[in-house]
Amino acid sequence: MTTVRVSITPKRAAGSSATEAAFGEVLFVMDPSRCIGCRACVQACEECGTHRGTSVIHLDDIDSSVTTQTAPMVCMHCEDPTCAEVCPADAIKQNEDGVVQSSLKPRCIGCSNCVLACPFGVPRYITAFDQMMKCDMCYDRTSIGLKPMCASVCPSQALWYGTSEEWATTRTGTLVNEWRFGAQHVRTKVYTVVRQPGPVDVVEGATARPWQDDPFGLEELGAGT
Amino acid sequence: MARPPLTDEELVARYGPHLNREPAGGWNAGIDVDREVKTHCCFCGQQCGIILKVKDDEVVGFEPWYEFPFNEGKLCPKGVKRYLQNAHPDRLLEPLERDPSHPDGFRPVSWDHALDRTVSEIQRIQSRYGKDAFAMLSGVSLNNEKSYLIGKFARLALGTANLDYNGRLCMVSAGVANKRALGIDRASNPWSDIPLADVVFIVGANVAECAPITTSYVWRARDRGAKLIVADPRVTPLARTADLFLGLRPGTDSALLGAILHVIIDRDWLDHEFIDAHTEGFEEAAAAVADHTPAWAEEITGVPAGRIEQAAEWWATSPTGMLLHARGLEHHTKGVENVSAAINLGLATGKYGKPGCGVTTITGQGNGQGGREHGHKCDQLPGNRDVTNPEHRAQVASVWGCDVDEIPGKGLTAEEIVEAIDRGEIKGLLSICFNPVVSLPDTAFTRQAFDKLEFYATIDFFLSETAFHADIVLPGSLHEEDEGTSTTLEGRVVKLNPSKKPPGNARVDWEIICDLARRIGKGRYFPYRSAAEIFDELRLASKGGSADYFGITWERIEREYGVFWPCPEPDHPGTPRLFEGGRFYTDTGRGRFTPVRYRPPAEVVDDEYPIWLTTGRVVSQYLSGTQTRRIAQLVAQYPEPLCEVHPTLASQYGIETGDLVQVTSRRGSMTLPAKVVATIRPDTVFIPYHWAGRQAANQLTNRALDPLSKIPEFKVSAVRIERVGSQHAPVVDERDLELHTASEP
Repeated sequence: MTTVRVSITPKRAAGSSATEAAFGEVLFVMDPSRCIGCRACVQACEECGTHRGTSVIHLDDIDSSVTTQTAPMVCMHCEDPTCAEVCPADAIKQNEDGVVQSSLKPRCIGCSNCVLACPFGVPRYITAFDQMMKCDMCYDRTSIGLKPMCASVCPSQALWYGTSEEWATTRTGTLVNEWRFGAQHVRTKVYTVVRQPGPVDVVEGATARPWQDDPFGLEELGAGT
Repeated sequence: MARPPLTDEELVARYGPHLNREPAGGWNAGIDVDREVKTHCCFCGQQCGIILKVKDDEVVGFEPWYEFPFNEGKLCPKGVKRYLQNAHPDRLLEPLERDPSHPDGFRPVSWDHALDRTVSEIQRIQSRYGKDAFAMLSGVSLNNEKSYLIGKFARLALGTANLDYNGRLCMVSAGVANKRALGIDRASNPWSDIPLADVVFIVGANVAECAPITTSYVWRARDRGAKLIVADPRVTPLARTADLFLGLRPGTDSALLGAILHVIIDRDWLDHEFIDAHTEGFEEAAAAVADHTPAWAEEITGVPAGRIEQAAEWWATSPTGMLLHARGLEHHTKGVENVSAAINLGLATGKYGKPGCGVTTITGQGNGQGGREHGHKCDQLPGNRDVTNPEHRAQVASVWGCDVDEIPGKGLTAEEIVEAIDRGEIKGLLSICFNPVVSLPDTAFTRQAFDKLEFYATIDFFLSETAFHADIVLPGSLHEEDEGTSTTLEGRVVKLNPSKKPPGNARVDWEIICDLARRIGKGRYFPYRSAAEIFDELRLASKGGSADYFGITWERIEREYGVFWPCPEPDHPGTPRLFEGGRFYTDTGRGRFTPVRYRPPAEVVDDEYPIWLTTGRVVSQYLSGTQTRRIAQLVAQYPEPLCEVHPTLASQYGIETGDLVQVTSRRGSMTLPAKVVATIRPDTVFIPYHWAGRQAANQLTNRALDPLSKIPEFKVSAVRIERVGSQHAPVVDERDLELHTASEP
C-alpha cells in the first residue's frame, strides 16, 4: 500500500467567534476504505442533541453480493451549498464556520428541491416532521468543542474529526475536498481520503490488492470448489 | 419436570423479546440529566469506557468517554444502544414460579417463597441423589466479584463439584493452550502494542463485527506501514482490506498454521537465539510439521500454496508482529491444538515479550478474561488455581476459612453437565447469566435435557429462552445496577460503576446469592455487606496464584484507568506486557512448543451432507441475544438469521438472495432466507447464532468437544441445503424503508 503523508492548511483562518473556532480549525474526514459497516455512526447520530431520535447520516452497502464494502456519508458541507441555492423558501442556512444546517422548520415547505439537487444525495425529506433533515455536524456538540457523535464512536475511525496536525501525525492518504460532477465544481468542508494524489476516476477504480479479484484463489487452484 | 408451562409462542408473547425503541422519558430526557456515570460497556471483552446518562433513576442515554484510553470514546452499535435495555417492558420485576394454570405460565411470588422453595428443592435433591446431583451454570457477563462469589457459593453453599460457565463456549481452548505453553492465561500484550507491529496476522476472528474497536488499533499499525494478513472462510469487513487473505476451509486451521511453521523452518527464518534461550520442545514441534508442506496444506485448506508461503515470510521476517485469534480458531474439537499451533509461530520467531510482539486471543465475552480466573470453572479455584492441586486447595481453604475437604473436586464442564442432566445423573440446576437453550450446540438435545430436570431455578433480568424451563425465576440485576470490576481482553482490570437501583422487586445478583447461602445454612461464609468486600476477599484469594490481583484496589483502578494483572503488591505497577525478557510463567520459565499435527474435524462433508456449515456473530447482536434482541434499533440492523451462500453454490441449487433455504444437518433442520454473497467460500455456508427456537443456528451444530478444553465444535458441521421457496417480504431496516419511501419524489 502506497501512502502519502499530507499536511493540510485550513482553508479558512480561525475566526474570532466561539462557534467559528469550534469547527473552523478542525477537519472532518471520511475514509470509506476503513468502514466496517457496523452502523455505530447511524445509531449514535440518533443520539445527538440536535436531532434526537432521527438518524441523518447515510451508511450504504456498495454491493453486498460481491463485497463487504460499505460507505458512510455525512453532509459534505459545501462551500457554496447547492441545497441552499435551490431552496425556494430560503430555509437552509450556512453558519459562519461553514456548517450547513438542516432546514429551518418554520420555513421549510417540504418541496424536496434540496433532496434532488444535492450532488452527494445527502438531504432527506422526513415525512413525520414534514421537513428536510440532514447532517448538521452535530452542531450542539461541535459548537462547544466536542466531536460529532459519528466520528466520536466510529470504531475504525473511517469517520475522523480532529486538527490538521493530528491528521498529519497519525493518518495516511491524500485528502480530497474538490469534486466535479459534469460541469459543476464543488468544494466541501468535509474531506475524503484517496490513496494517491491526483484526480480519481470513481467509475474506473482499480482493485487495490491482487487477491481481491479472486479471494478464494479459485482460478489459482483451478477448481470450482 | 422442567418443561415450559406454555408454548414458546405464548411465552414470547408475554415475556418477549419485545422491542424498546426510545429512552425512558422520550428523546428529550437526555438533555438535562441528573448525573453521568463513568463505567464500561456490558457487552464484549473490549469493555469500552462509556458514560451513562441518568435521569429520574433511569439510564436515558450515553456520552462518549473520551478520556478512557482503550477506546477514547469509540463504541460499536451495541454499546451506543445498550442503555435501551433499561426501562424495558420485558424486565422481570417480581420472583416467578412456574404455574401452567396461570395465563402467563408463571405466577408472581414473594422473595421468601421463591428463595425458600429453591433451598428446599436443593436440599431435597441433594439428600436423595447426592451433592453433585445439583449443578450450577454461570456466565462471564458477570463481574469479577460475582464470578468469584459463585465459585465459592457452588463449592461451599451447594457443595457441588458441578459448577461450570458459558466461557466453556468461548475462551477455554485459548485458556488451556496458554497455560500449557506459557504458564499463564492472559493476553500477551496490551492493545497499545498492536500499532507497534509490522505485521498483524488475524486468524479466525471477525474483528470488525466481534471486536470492532480493535480495528482502530490494526489501522494504527497499518498507518505505520504494517501488513495485514487475515485467515477466514469469509471475506469479513476487515479482511476485505487485507494485504493477504487466506480463505481457508472450516476446520483446517492447524494445517494452515502447521504449513506456515514448516515454511519458516524450511527457509530458516527461525529466531534461533530466542528458541535456545527461552523455549523448549522445538524439535518435537518441528518434527510434527515436517510433512506439512504448503502443497500438502493447499489440498487440505484450499488456500493456494503461494499465499501460505507469503504469509510465512511476512510473519517470520517482519521485526515485530502480532497474531490475533478468536473463536474461529478455538471453536473446534482441536481448539487447543489450533491455539498451540499459533503459539508455536510466536515462539519460533521470537515474537513474545517485546513491544509489538505477541500471540493473543481476542477474548469474546464481557468479562471473559476475569470470569475465567477466579473459580468459576469446574476445574478451577481463585487466582486461576487448580481445584485438584492440594497446595492450591489449602491456600484457598485458608482464605475461605473452611476445611479443605469442604471444597469439592473437579466437576463436569458445561456441555457435560447438560449431558449428565439428560442421563438423569444431575437432577437440579441453578443458573445465572447463561442461555444454553440458544448457545449450546444441538438445540433439540439441550431442550430435551432441560425438560428432564426435577428442579430448575434461574437468576435473570429478562425471561431468556432457557428460563422458559424454570420452576423459579429470581429477578436479578442489569450490569448498570451493580458495582464491581471486570477484566478486559487486554488483562486490564476496570471498574463498573452503578447507575441506578434494580427496578420493582428485582435485586442485585450478589445479594440474591448471599441470601440463598444463608438460607442453606452457610451464611457464615458469605458475610458481605458490599461488593467491595467481595473484591477485597478475591484479592486475597488470588494472591500468589497465576492471576494475582492482590495489588489491585478499586481506588487504583479509577485513578489509573485500570490496572493490568498480575499485580502482586499494592505498589506494583501492574503488568501490561507479559513475557518481557523471554521469561515465561511455566515451571521451567521457558515457553513450551507443542507438537501439532493436523487432524480432521469431528464431522466432515460426505455425499449426504456435502456442504460445510460455520457459525458466528453479527455486529448488532451479542451472544444469545437475551439483551440485544430486545433493542429495536439493533434488531432493525439485522432482524433475522440469514444463510450466506456463494454464487457458485447458489446457482447449483437455484438459490437467489431472499429465497428460503432449508439447511439440514445430522442434528436438525432449519429454514431461513438466503443471502448470496461472493465473500464466502463456495463449499461453505454461514449462519449467525444469536436467535432462538426455529431461528437457532445451533439446531444444526455438533456436540463434539475438544478433549482438553471441552469446547464444542461450533465452527464446523456438515449440512445439505435445499431451496424451499421464495420469500416475498424482503428483510429491510424498517427505519430506512420509511426514510427512503418518504424521500422519493
